[in-house]
Amino acid sequence: MNQAPDEHRAYWKANTTLIRNLMLIWAIASLGCSILFVELLNKIQFFGVPFGFWMAQQGTIYIFVILIFVYATQMDKLDKKYRGK
Amino acid sequence: MSVEAWTTVFVIISFILYLYIGWHSRVQDSKGFYVAGHGVPAIANGAATAADWMSAASFMSMAGLISFLGYDGSIYLMGWTGGYVLLALLLAPYLRKFGKYTVPDFVGDRYYSNVARVVAVIAAIFVSLTYVAGQMRGVGIVFSRFLQVPIETGVIIGMIIVGFFAVLGGMKGITWTQVAQYGILIVAYLIPVIALAWILTGNPIPQFAFTFSDIGVKLNQIQVDLGFAEYTQPFANKTMLDVLFITIALMVGTAGLPHVIVRFYTVPDVRAARYSAGWALLFIAILYTSAPALSMFARYNLISTLHNQPIAQVNQLDWVRKWENTKLLSFDDKNQDGLYQLTPDKATNEILIDNDIIVLSTPEVAKLAPWVIALVATGALAAALSTASGLLLVISSSIAHDVYYRMIDPGASESKRVLVGRFMVGFAIALAGYFGVNPPGFVAQVVAFAFGLAAASFFPIIILGIFDKRTNKEGAIAGMISGLGFTILYIVSVKFGGASPWLFGISPEGIGTVGMVLNFIVTYVVSRLTPPPPVEIQALVENLRSPYDQPPALDEIDEDHLD
Repeated sequence: MNQAPDEHRAYWKANTTLIRNLMLIWAIASLGCSILFVELLNKIQFFGVPFGFWMAQQGTIYIFVILIFVYATQMDKLDKKYRGK
Repeated sequence: MSVEAWTTVFVIISFILYLYIGWHSRVQDSKGFYVAGHGVPAIANGAATAADWMSAASFMSMAGLISFLGYDGSIYLMGWTGGYVLLALLLAPYLRKFGKYTVPDFVGDRYYSNVARVVAVIAAIFVSLTYVAGQMRGVGIVFSRFLQVPIETGVIIGMIIVGFFAVLGGMKGITWTQVAQYGILIVAYLIPVIALAWILTGNPIPQFAFTFSDIGVKLNQIQVDLGFAEYTQPFANKTMLDVLFITIALMVGTAGLPHVIVRFYTVPDVRAARYSAGWALLFIAILYTSAPALSMFARYNLISTLHNQPIAQVNQLDWVRKWENTKLLSFDDKNQDGLYQLTPDKATNEILIDNDIIVLSTPEVAKLAPWVIALVATGALAAALSTASGLLLVISSSIAHDVYYRMIDPGASESKRVLVGRFMVGFAIALAGYFGVNPPGFVAQVVAFAFGLAAASFFPIIILGIFDKRTNKEGAIAGMISGLGFTILYIVSVKFGGASPWLFGISPEGIGTVGMVLNFIVTYVVSRLTPPPPVEIQALVENLRSPYDQPPALDEIDEDHLD
């Protein structure tokens, strides 16, 4: 705990900004594309199934997995930067 | 060899494996017993979390439900995976850094209040107990269908197995057994799905067969021909608002389930907590992206095998006779034309299929070898036992750690704490077993609401405890009670009181979303109207947010500050 509180605040700010951006994608994919706008997206045929339906039963889940790993790797970078090693 | 012989062999081999792992990872100290000594690697914890999370319901019932609901079944797919994003971004890293043993630990310390701790303990026990009874029942059903033993005997065998590794190994034993159980359940799930994908579309990868083949188009056509809505058509069974609210309630509920959260205490550090949430969701996604494919294939396959077929021909099918015996599949030639018809109208429909048989019957419908059928039964057992063991540990630690150690006897020695923990696991198993043998009529209905209750109680106050320094104990207690109270009131009035869903037609499954929002608002407002939390609590929150790994210096909060 020998670092200035300013540094901590900057780390926390960077963290919450990252969380906000990723949660926005989370909401757009699941609540937006797969539920609220599904009927609109279903007008597009995605190979064998309508796109909105595909998002709800496949695409969104893949996006979820990617989001978590993006968060973990980005936080690694932030940790490195602010731990001053 | 017959299906029964294969099943017996597989079940015995898997049980010996679980017992061996349990014996191998037996523990002596409380840290080992409650959080596996913080020594579980991220990827192993991911697999354990996946097995912990995927219950008998995920394994046996989900694909069947989706098969029946079509698009509307997406609520389960998104709801039960989206929560992991919330966990990984908003909860797991901070709870791990906090570094204690249970969810009530965090609630009690962050809100410097034993009242908050007790509310959290009661919520954790209630959620876990309703959930675990369903698992023991699942164990009994698999035993009775595949090994022809009475359900009661099946439940007791399951209790002995879980009891052995949970009592001896605590969280450590449970963790490593769950890793093995994940391996078994995922292989057991995938083999029949891959086989069915291969038979129906010529593409062995279920996700590709689902996306690229023309089976979706064909199924939609069949559905329309029979008078059903298109399989891919949204909101055929539920309104958009209902789908939205149920999905959110399941997501938030997943993130608030104590037996899932507690898994993130077992990893070595904050970084591992983040990655292990990713691994957990990846392992879960393998099953959860295969399940909708299975749902689609199974529906297509069942309709083409059974609909408009002559009675004599259907009756010759071996699996039809077996499932008819369990009453989960039934036929009735109402119009006496010598053919069975599947229609959306109850008055003319002649084929009744229970959702639960979709997964378990798939290998037989697809004419796979008996050992595959046995493998599916073993996988279903692994799914039920792994979830049961995780829940039992939460019940045990809620009483042994949160109530006994933190509130009754804080001076208890290490060995005494572990002893009480072991004893409470035994007690929880006996209780769960009792409910498995004598299921109260409401258990099946209540399990779905465990999510709503978890969403309305834990999630908001943990989030605010981390992200809002100003949240104090008055706010948290008021928030938890109003969120829980409203959700229980709504569920009881609609489900048991016979009232119609009186809030915008939201079904009881989705009402946890409203309870959660209510909890957020009440906690926030009451916190602003009452004095801020003590300086040392604000320092604790500041510490959780720092880039360093050291757990906050909790010992500085002396017991005088606890009310």
